[in-house]
Amino acid sequence: MDQYLNTADSDWFKQRLTGILFCVVGAFVLLAARLFYLQILEGEEFRRLSENNCIRLQSIDAPRGLIFDRNSKLLVDNRPAFNLSIVPMDAKPVEATLKKIARYSNVGETEMISKFPLTKISRSYNPVLLQPDIGRDTLAAMEVHGFDLPGVLINVTPCREYIYKKSVSHLLGYLGQISISELRSDKYSGCRTGEFVGKFGVEKSCEMFLRGKRGGRQVEVNAKGQVIKVMKTVAARPGHNIFLTIDERLQQLAETLLNGMTGSVAAMDPRTGEVLAMASNPAFDPNDFVTGLSHEKWNALTNDSLRPMENKVTQAGYPPASTYKIITAMAGLEEGVIDDKTSFFCSGQLRFGDRVFRCWNKYGHGKVSVVKALAESCDVFFYQVGLNLGIERLAWYAKACGLGKSTGIALSNENKGLVPTTMWKKKRIGRPWYRGETLSVAIGQGYNVVTPLQMLVLTSAVANGGELYRPLIIKKIVSADGNIIEKARSHVTGRLPVSKKNMELIRKGLWEVVNGRRGTARAVKLKTLEFSGKTGTAQVVGRKKNDAADGSEDAEDPVKPHAWFVAYAPSVDPVIAIVVMIEHGEHGSSTAAPIAGKLIDAYLGGAENGAGLMTGDFPAAENNQGRILPGGA
Amino acid sequence: MFDRRLAENFDWVLLGITLALGMLGLIILYSAVTAGIPDPQKTLCIKQLIWYCTGLVAILIIIMFNYKLLDQWAYAIYAGGIVLLILVMFFGRYVAGSRRWLAIGPVSVQPSEMMKIGLIIALAHYYSKNVNIRGLTFRELFIPGLLVMLPFGLIVKQPDLGTAILLALIAGAMTVFVKIERRSFICIICFFIAIIPMVWFFLKGYQKQRILTFLNPDRDPLGAGYHIIQSKIAIGSGMLWGKGFLSGTQNALSFLPEQHTDFIFSVLAEEWGFVGAMALLLVFLLLIFWGLNVAIRCRDPFGIILSVGMTAMIFWQVFVNICMVMGLMPVVGVPLPFISYGGSSVMTIMICVGILMNVSMRRFMFE
Repeated sequence: MDQYLNTADSDWFKQRLTGILFCVVGAFVLLAARLFYLQILEGEEFRRLSENNCIRLQSIDAPRGLIFDRNSKLLVDNRPAFNLSIVPMDAKPVEATLKKIARYSNVGETEMISKFPLTKISRSYNPVLLQPDIGRDTLAAMEVHGFDLPGVLINVTPCREYIYKKSVSHLLGYLGQISISELRSDKYSGCRTGEFVGKFGVEKSCEMFLRGKRGGRQVEVNAKGQVIKVMKTVAARPGHNIFLTIDERLQQLAETLLNGMTGSVAAMDPRTGEVLAMASNPAFDPNDFVTGLSHEKWNALTNDSLRPMENKVTQAGYPPASTYKIITAMAGLEEGVIDDKTSFFCSGQLRFGDRVFRCWNKYGHGKVSVVKALAESCDVFFYQVGLNLGIERLAWYAKACGLGKSTGIALSNENKGLVPTTMWKKKRIGRPWYRGETLSVAIGQGYNVVTPLQMLVLTSAVANGGELYRPLIIKKIVSADGNIIEKARSHVTGRLPVSKKNMELIRKGLWEVVNGRRGTARAVKLKTLEFSGKTGTAQVVGRKKNDAADGSEDAEDPVKPHAWFVAYAPSVDPVIAIVVMIEHGEHGSSTAAPIAGKLIDAYLGGAENGAGLMTGDFPAAENNQGRILPGGA
Repeated sequence: MFDRRLAENFDWVLLGITLALGMLGLIILYSAVTAGIPDPQKTLCIKQLIWYCTGLVAILIIIMFNYKLLDQWAYAIYAGGIVLLILVMFFGRYVAGSRRWLAIGPVSVQPSEMMKIGLIIALAHYYSKNVNIRGLTFRELFIPGLLVMLPFGLIVKQPDLGTAILLALIAGAMTVFVKIERRSFICIICFFIAIIPMVWFFLKGYQKQRILTFLNPDRDPLGAGYHIIQSKIAIGSGMLWGKGFLSGTQNALSFLPEQHTDFIFSVLAEEWGFVGAMALLLVFLLLIFWGLNVAIRCRDPFGIILSVGMTAMIFWQVFVNICMVMGLMPVVGVPLPFISYGGSSVMTIMICVGILMNVSMRRFMFE
């Protein structure tokens, strides 16, 4: 019975539906009332605001993060730039306005009008950029005649300024307009067409830190498009500041020493993997890129036979030449092919099959042990070692020393180099390996390709007792208000496959290179401190196109060899490792080694200049950072 | 099994309103995608027309079968909707940071739209078995609660807050319609009041920011806040008679965001003024009245609750969308039925109309 009484029947549903009906009517009355308020009561005011699309959004560009060196010296700054834009719908009539602008900014009328696809955007309320970064004179003219120029917009945006111009340019990189593929990727979310983003170097690899967040403001404009009221503003968030591991003074010195030569110099702290200097010559000026590079300039840069756009430290591959003998010695010692007492006789050449392999010293080195062979760079000794090792074992050691793969530096387009093996040759060239080729590989010639950076990492590893570090270029990333976003940590990517005892032998050989009586780099020996190194002179085959550019001098000696020098200092407990690579510099000992010597002298405090860059300065530098950036240290 | 009475009882009024709204929708859409825009996307109108036609075919198919089948298959349909929602979680296409779309062959569908219908059918099925005049108790509301929470959670995760809230509003309206026992009603209210601060406590900072901005668009003057201002200017500037067809100015470029989807009402109000906007409101009111009329004339509890659910869906979408563009409510992505551009939205509404028509045609079966 109770169940029956509780059953919902039609009448009950009708009653519920009536309730719902009233709710619906109530809701629609609310909508109608709001409509009445907006359209009838406030309609007049809204009609006025709509007349010229008065309420607009203007974007505020975020300043990119600044870039400092390791001692908080500013390398990349932002300066204000004045961009001239026009809002087509405000600038009525557009053509007349453009002609006026042309007159005030000293640009030809036709050129100004041709820049501007009238038919396509003439109905747009979005500003169209006419001229970026106008000079002071144009700015003044525009300001004075502002009343006469409807729809003309001058906005101030932060613009990149590379303080030391060409200096550090390969590491810092440059900006360019965002590409279509970049616009589509998630990494560049929030970017707009025409925006400038990092295209090379740190500007590219740290793009996501350097780029801030765009702000904007709601404004009310009059019929001429001039702002009469700022309603709301959202400030732009500046990008994060980046502190490089580079020591700008060392960098400057390296660049000065490289002046007039084609090649590169890099220095690293072997205890941490921090890159202290990275110079590549010739260089480009990143300031030329900030508002877009002209076609001719770009072509001139990319077609230059000296490749100014290339970071020769990370992107250029060369045969390692005699610097490779460190690896051959290591492999020979570890594999038991030689030991500290093994000696070979060098007569100035080695006959193998029907070929004669010469030593660089045609008079021969006589009886040579491994230490002497490194010190005097005896080719015959290493021919023998290579022959006994065979290409596969040699290649295994080369790879274990970090060759043939990228070092992991935070720069794009790193050259991986090449460690030749039997398999590689079969695949690439389709021929079997000849034993004679092993001899060339053993002295760093043949198919071997390395980058100066790879040799620097290897030299650092020899210096620090065997740890291969990933090269660090960023010391820390700090937000604009001083919070540390990221702090770099040293990362060991591998260990040299060498025992302590054999390592000591190699280090002794490298010490004798500079300090020995007959060492190949004895000329650059320093009075104040002892350092170790290895010279290299890389034979180059057929790079004929350089000849014409270099003129008649090279005619008799068409292709000069590349000059290498790797070094670390001091010989005991080293604090700096250096690589110098001079293209067509002839001899490692005469061209490359002096540069390394001068850098070491300057860095560690030579007799002449009293205190070097390093002594006493580093702790002070740490304090500097704390002072400049409160809360940052 | 064809019954002559089916044809006699065909709901011409409902069809008439549907066709009228569809036509109106196309006209407004045409204006929204052409007026003041440098590169008109006129193809959108053609696409929308194709969707309408497909929708009409869907209506035709739906009225062939007795809606009682929906009662039998209620939970299966519901489960199908849930499966689609789970699929979209894994295989959905990312558009502007959220996964709402599932590509099936050449067309993309929005499972959350279809889920609305699935939920209404499932709730109607459950309520028609449990309805009584003393109201539903807390315990009886447990299953409907689960039925709502599951898709709600999945849609919030996409994230698509607008559709999720809509789902809750529809379910709420249906539940209130079948009546909740007073004591249970108070319990539920208390429960929600207690849980809100707790949820707030567990939210992360940026999530809180997002909700605050959602509730108060002025916090985001470059995004939602700006859109609302422009929308209000567009509506208000229409005044009594409007600026005339294709003469809207706020429509141009970025001044009205999403002018052909969520903000299409602003285009109408600007061009046709108070008179035009009121006329559209009245047509919607007529449609909702007619939906309730279908329910009143039906003799079967499932049919009644189903019709109320479908009508509630149309009502809430109209109400929330128009409130939103007039600055009365947070900016949520809810399309205006029949008028906004969008295949999934049109199809959902057409299916909804088809079901109402179905119930309306078969009312004689219980006489």
